[in-house]
Amino acid sequence: MRLFEYTALQIKEKIISGEILPVDLVKQFIEHIKIIDPHVQAYLNLHEEDALQKAAQIQKRIENAEKVGYLAGVPIAIKDNICTKGLTTTCASKILRNFIPPYDACVVKRLKEEDAIILGKTNLDEFAMGSSTENSGYKITRNPWNLEYVPGGSSGGSAAAVAANLSIMALGSDTGGSVRQPAALCGVVGVKPTYGRVSRFGLIAFGSSLDQIGTFTRDVKDAAVLLQVIAGHDIHDSTSMPVPVPDYLREIDSGVRGLRIGIPKEYFAAGLNEDVHNALKDALRKYEQLGAKVVDISLPHTEYAVAVYYIVANAEASSNLARYDGVRYGYRTSKSNGIVDMYCRTRSEGFGNEVKRRIMLGNYALSSGYYDAYYLKASRVRNLIKGDFDVAFQKVDCIVCPTSPVPGFKIGERAKNPLEMYLSDIYTIPANLAGIPGISLPCGFSKEGLPIGMQILGRHFEEEKLLQIAYAFERETDFHRKKPVLKFSPTQKE
Amino acid sequence: MEYEVVVGLETHAELATVSKLFCGCSTKFGSEPNTQVCPVCLGMPGVLPVMNKKAFEYALKAAIALNCKIREYTNFDRKSYYYPDLPKNYQISQNYHNLGVDGSMDICVHDRVNRIRIHNVHLEEEAGKLIHPEEAGADYSLVDFNRAGVPLLEIVSYPDMRNVDEVESYMQTLRKILLYTEVSDCKMQEGSLRFEASISLRKKGSEKLGNRVEIKNLNSMKSVLKAIEYETKRQADSLDRGETIDRETRLWDEVNEKSARMRSKEEAQDYRYFPEPDLLPVVIDAKWLDEVKVTIPELPLARKQRFMEVFKLSDYDTSLLIEEKILADFFEGCIKIVDRPKAFCNWITNDLLREVNDRKLDIHHLPIRPKQLAALVEIIEKGTISSTIAKEVFSEMIQTGKDPQAIIEEKKLAQISDEGFIEAVIVKVISGNPAVIEDYKKGKKNALTFLVGQVMKETKGKANPKMVNELVQKKIDA
Amino acid sequence: MKIGKKDIEYIAHLSRIELSETEKETFVSQLSDIISYIEKLNRLNTESVKPMSCAINATNVFREDILTSSLSLEEAQLNAPAANGVFFKVPKVIE
Repeated sequence: MRLFEYTALQIKEKIISGEILPVDLVKQFIEHIKIIDPHVQAYLNLHEEDALQKAAQIQKRIENAEKVGYLAGVPIAIKDNICTKGLTTTCASKILRNFIPPYDACVVKRLKEEDAIILGKTNLDEFAMGSSTENSGYKITRNPWNLEYVPGGSSGGSAAAVAANLSIMALGSDTGGSVRQPAALCGVVGVKPTYGRVSRFGLIAFGSSLDQIGTFTRDVKDAAVLLQVIAGHDIHDSTSMPVPVPDYLREIDSGVRGLRIGIPKEYFAAGLNEDVHNALKDALRKYEQLGAKVVDISLPHTEYAVAVYYIVANAEASSNLARYDGVRYGYRTSKSNGIVDMYCRTRSEGFGNEVKRRIMLGNYALSSGYYDAYYLKASRVRNLIKGDFDVAFQKVDCIVCPTSPVPGFKIGERAKNPLEMYLSDIYTIPANLAGIPGISLPCGFSKEGLPIGMQILGRHFEEEKLLQIAYAFERETDFHRKKPVLKFSPTQKE
Repeated sequence: MEYEVVVGLETHAELATVSKLFCGCSTKFGSEPNTQVCPVCLGMPGVLPVMNKKAFEYALKAAIALNCKIREYTNFDRKSYYYPDLPKNYQISQNYHNLGVDGSMDICVHDRVNRIRIHNVHLEEEAGKLIHPEEAGADYSLVDFNRAGVPLLEIVSYPDMRNVDEVESYMQTLRKILLYTEVSDCKMQEGSLRFEASISLRKKGSEKLGNRVEIKNLNSMKSVLKAIEYETKRQADSLDRGETIDRETRLWDEVNEKSARMRSKEEAQDYRYFPEPDLLPVVIDAKWLDEVKVTIPELPLARKQRFMEVFKLSDYDTSLLIEEKILADFFEGCIKIVDRPKAFCNWITNDLLREVNDRKLDIHHLPIRPKQLAALVEIIEKGTISSTIAKEVFSEMIQTGKDPQAIIEEKKLAQISDEGFIEAVIVKVISGNPAVIEDYKKGKKNALTFLVGQVMKETKGKANPKMVNELVQKKIDA
Repeated sequence: MKIGKKDIEYIAHLSRIELSETEKETFVSQLSDIISYIEKLNRLNTESVKPMSCAINATNVFREDILTSSLSLEEAQLNAPAANGVFFKVPKVIE
């Protein structure tokens, strides 16, 4: 087994025991990335020197039997909308091309404290706006399972990196499905925690009331390990909650016997791809075999979720992105006539079309005379959607449904029609609106050989239960063990 | 045509916290530009605001002091507009659920109390400072973000004022309330207290409000009053010419004492307010409200009325006393020790204020304590020193901070009330002035005053004047 | 609600985004599609529903009024497109 194929949990032990040297591990990763990534395009920036330096440091501390962190020597990739002190953070936007944050995001700080090794920053749809990673201002990331397909988005770079063994784990962000959907499309495990579980400080805001940092890992236990490090209260984020973080691994194998799993009929309606539907049916049978009770439920306002989302997320985005004005940081147009002209040129030149579209949509929904009809209306319907979940969770312990209505789509296939693209997130958006946690894990493959994701949704702050339910399935299946065979795969060396 | 002017004021007061509203940067005035900034107040990507509790409580305190209804549930909104001194290009403010609403403030004009209604009181963040270089032809402006994020209280009145006297009284009273509650230092020269006026005219007797004009860039109370006078005349002239008044925003030009159009109603800003998702709502329960309420001192107007009633002081005297909370507190401190309101009032409003002015003292750091002034008054009452000597002692007290007794002993200023000693001096004076005695006997009564003066001179002013008077009379009548 | 060119121009100005004539046309049609999709919300009667602007039920989060360190001037200006001494420099602002 090559070093970069291990899970974090495995590699952690081997590093501590001295069986694997962090420097060797990082070197292998970098070598592998240099061969593979020109084809996948998962990374925007590789931090080769920093990573090697940090690995050497950790190695020394282990040799000297000094204390090391929980993730000592474990390589991780970070979505490039999460700030890293002293290292460019671009949000895949031209407007932040050379932006160097003088601060670490809370999650980055915690990863560093636990001695994880940051390999680099991954590609995304500009400002996390998109479901395919085609909207990046720099490059298009490809799905390692089939390079003609999108990896999903917006955290497509992070998902592809983990799927193609370009990192052991990765961080992404999920505003309407941006962790779960690419996790599904790339065949990895993706967790979107409860809103307020993980600090947003240092996560470049898109839709502030929806954004949540999430994890990409090769299996459920690694998700537990990574979440363990990043979860918990942070005084710099008013919306991060002081709810105790349980030991996510301790009871991860407690099984699903006696649990009630809700199946929302609205998620299995017309428009659901047949392969996806079948994979889900099989998964539910598996859960029944494992002793869970599958219950039909209804989330009646599901059909309104996308509409609500595109108002709320974009209204918030329109104001969150107002700060990119060429005054204090970021890109400024080279020539302008007065301040207003400078603003307009800078923003027109710096933002891509999807970002412009969403800023305009958001401003429209908030503008004088339209606030009540759009923003306020959407906020009310949002409450109805949350209410659906509240009712459902009185009857069931979790909800199982597809992550994405289709196993994937080709690059360019949906780029022309924004609305069609928006509908890719139909199954993931409701969790963001309600603030509840969700996990996507591999549960099958389509006829074309693309991975299919199953989504499990739970009550606020019940990530532990979600991980248990996901692990119960993963333990009995080996979808997560299957790896994409890259057409350009170099000759394997053991 | 006769018009009535209708004025409403918007007041901004920077709150007296140590750190900014949403980050831990200093609020200190006058530091080197862009040295009191951090990622949060520079609006860098990914940063989040966390509310300063003291700032919120100060705002709450002011809202209570202005008799507002305090909402149990309040939250913050984003107000969007582009301006280079506004780092995020939105200001965190309040719009849909203001902290305090429907308040009022009593003002006193020409002995009449007038109630001005307060529309709302809310908390928001301050913007940075834009500097326009003075060099000719400069095609740039400069920005200093030190002030960006300082907590700012906005107080919006109803258009309830009808003349400049009322406006002046409103500004003065509001300033005093903010100072009394200690929520702001109200230094207009540093911009920590600012006013914007909205002015409209209507025909005398008419109920209907005219189109209102907002005036910005008013840097002192004086300019507020001048701008209102100017604007009243400008609008009246326009109306007389048969023109209509546009709803617009105008900028006051301090130097030329004129206002000029800044933007018209058509260009009015579309602020796109919506709830700030990065902050959670604030719920103010009864317990918290009570805790804040007890920190509010008696407010100036109430205190003035009480001083007049309880201590029988004049309107003028009490006005002087309550002008500064520290003076009124000082006065009450004295009264608690010796019940001589008139005496203390005189000492404070005459002597103390004169010393403060002459010596350019900071009124908030007086070198004298109420206990010391009370001691001085007691000493005068006991007759230990005369009132003339007392002034000298007082001046010495201010200068050295010493107790009056110590000064009197040190300088041997105690009044002489020894009858034998005084008689001896009188005998000496009488024998030295036979001509004066003759005059007195001929009926020249002011000869007596001369003799008393001579005795006082002989004793360096320390003889008890009352005793001297009596004894001289007795002696020459004998 | 139909979005016209005037609306797009107004929103573009609010957004401080400059659009070419072709871009305006594209946006008119794309935003119109999205808006008409969004109008499905009008099918719901929400009169008695409270608006929800936060995904968690919590209130009253504060920090104490304590100083923390600021950036140095150098750090503050590190990313600035233009500076002039201690200031950030911008094109002339006319009030």
